[in-house]
Amino acid sequence: MSVLVFADSTDGKFKKTAFEVVSYGKKVADQLESNLVVLTINAADASELYTYGAEKVLTVSNDRLSTFNAKEYAAVIVQAANKENATVVIVDSSINVLYLTPLVAVGLEAGYASNTVAAPTSISPFTVKRKAFSNKAFSNTVISADKKVIGLAKNSFGIHENPVAGTLEVFDAEVVASGVKSESIERVTGKVTIADADTVVSAGRGLKGPENWAMIEELAEVLGAATACSKPVSDLGWRPHGEHVGQTGKPVASNLYIAIGISGAIQHLAGINASKVKVVINTDPEAPFFKAADYGVVGDAFEVIPKLIEKLKAFKAA
Amino acid sequence: MKILVCISHVPDTTSKINFTNNDTEFDKNGVQFVINPYDEFCLTRAMWFKEKQGASVTVVNVGGAETETTLRKALAIGADDAIRINTDPTDGFLVAKELAAVVKNGNYDLVLAGKESADYNGQMVPGMLAALVDYNFVNGCVEMDVDGTNVKAKREIDGGAEVVSTSLPLVIGGQKGLVEEKDLRIPNMRGIMMARKKPLQVLEAIGNDAATAIASFEKPIPKGAVKLVDADNLDALIDLLHNEAKVI
Repeated sequence: MSVLVFADSTDGKFKKTAFEVVSYGKKVADQLESNLVVLTINAADASELYTYGAEKVLTVSNDRLSTFNAKEYAAVIVQAANKENATVVIVDSSINVLYLTPLVAVGLEAGYASNTVAAPTSISPFTVKRKAFSNKAFSNTVISADKKVIGLAKNSFGIHENPVAGTLEVFDAEVVASGVKSESIERVTGKVTIADADTVVSAGRGLKGPENWAMIEELAEVLGAATACSKPVSDLGWRPHGEHVGQTGKPVASNLYIAIGISGAIQHLAGINASKVKVVINTDPEAPFFKAADYGVVGDAFEVIPKLIEKLKAFKAA
Repeated sequence: MKILVCISHVPDTTSKINFTNNDTEFDKNGVQFVINPYDEFCLTRAMWFKEKQGASVTVVNVGGAETETTLRKALAIGADDAIRINTDPTDGFLVAKELAAVVKNGNYDLVLAGKESADYNGQMVPGMLAALVDYNFVNGCVEMDVDGTNVKAKREIDGGAEVVSTSLPLVIGGQKGLVEEKDLRIPNMRGIMMARKKPLQVLEAIGNDAATAIASFEKPIPKGAVKLVDADNLDALIDLLHNEAKVI
């Protein structure tokens, strides 16, 4: 019996979510008095995971897996779970991992709990707390199937160091045929993505027009943040769809979310609720966002943001 | 082309979320139910295929009799016929297995389903369904074109997009982009009248082997009041974010 964690990597490098799922896996393995095994695919340095409690790391190195393919990756995870006799498989909630995990659950005939936000509250019956209703509530879900797959929501459990003297084992997984082939990948380079960002700077219709976004981008740059926008702004074509955050857009689970000129419609708040600290800057003190925010400034963005940029620059330089 | 669109019957996105029966059930009292917004993009894309390239469009839902209003709305938008599988959709795997039976039985070429539902947000049914029927699968799809049995699709990835080539039969986990928001259709009177006469078939469930079950619900702990900072004293904001919240 073991707990298997899939630690995803991009271009060989782990993201913080990999360390978070390994930290979580360690916790679950301790709860079950079971071994922790971590699976990596084409990772450059899998021994980085020892710091977070990975006692045993399976490394798959295969050029045929150099580009992500959901079916191929899922089949590798299923093979590893079977080989290690895993009763629990733990994964993160990146776009790619959300794509492959349902295939893993079918491959293992497992019960799958996505959007899990905390360590199991009970191991018999096996119960996890999950986000539901677009962050407006939680469900306590019992996974009754013998095998369990847990999808951990980003930035929910945190990264916990638990250094062990781990071992690496080369795993020669079979690559299955997939009917989906990657043709091209376009990625914005040199910009922080909303998924990876610790801080997200988001703006709404209060900015009055796309020509006024320079100060939003500058504020984001000073903070090392990703830029985002409200739904009306993306519907109006002021900003690309990829920046739309909210219930039907991208979810945000950053440490800091700054909303500028966004009133805070319930659908917007649902999408950004998982962020730890929320700041609102708005001329209207009655804007619903003030009820959801931790910190607020009532003021005109065109006056507040340039001043805030100057002050943050001074703060960063100090 | 035979298209199946999977439709979830979900609370309107502006609904207040409350629970009843000792926090074990969602409180439907006063809640307006709609076609899951992610499914609505899929349905509209299916109508586009029907009109431009020729296709039949069937809509399917797993749920009780109260969900038929949502299926009728999909028929009013233009779907040809509807199927309701008469069981409570308590678990993603259970729903996927029921849908898989419909897909196998109907030999659909293209199955469109929203990548998630706006109620439980599980993001699992499209992928499970594809795996169960062994169809190709593209998730988070924002564009797609079909030429014969060849398909070009674009899917969202972290920080960008990936273009993939694949072929029918295919399951798509769809979202906004498949069509634009402005292209979504509101049923007109003629559509509503016609929908009443379109076939809606009710099937009994093939099984009831849920892999998970919700024991209870809870709401987030109410947060404290916002701390307001004067617009002329932004140093105070920076100080709070640095020393109190520790996020900068």
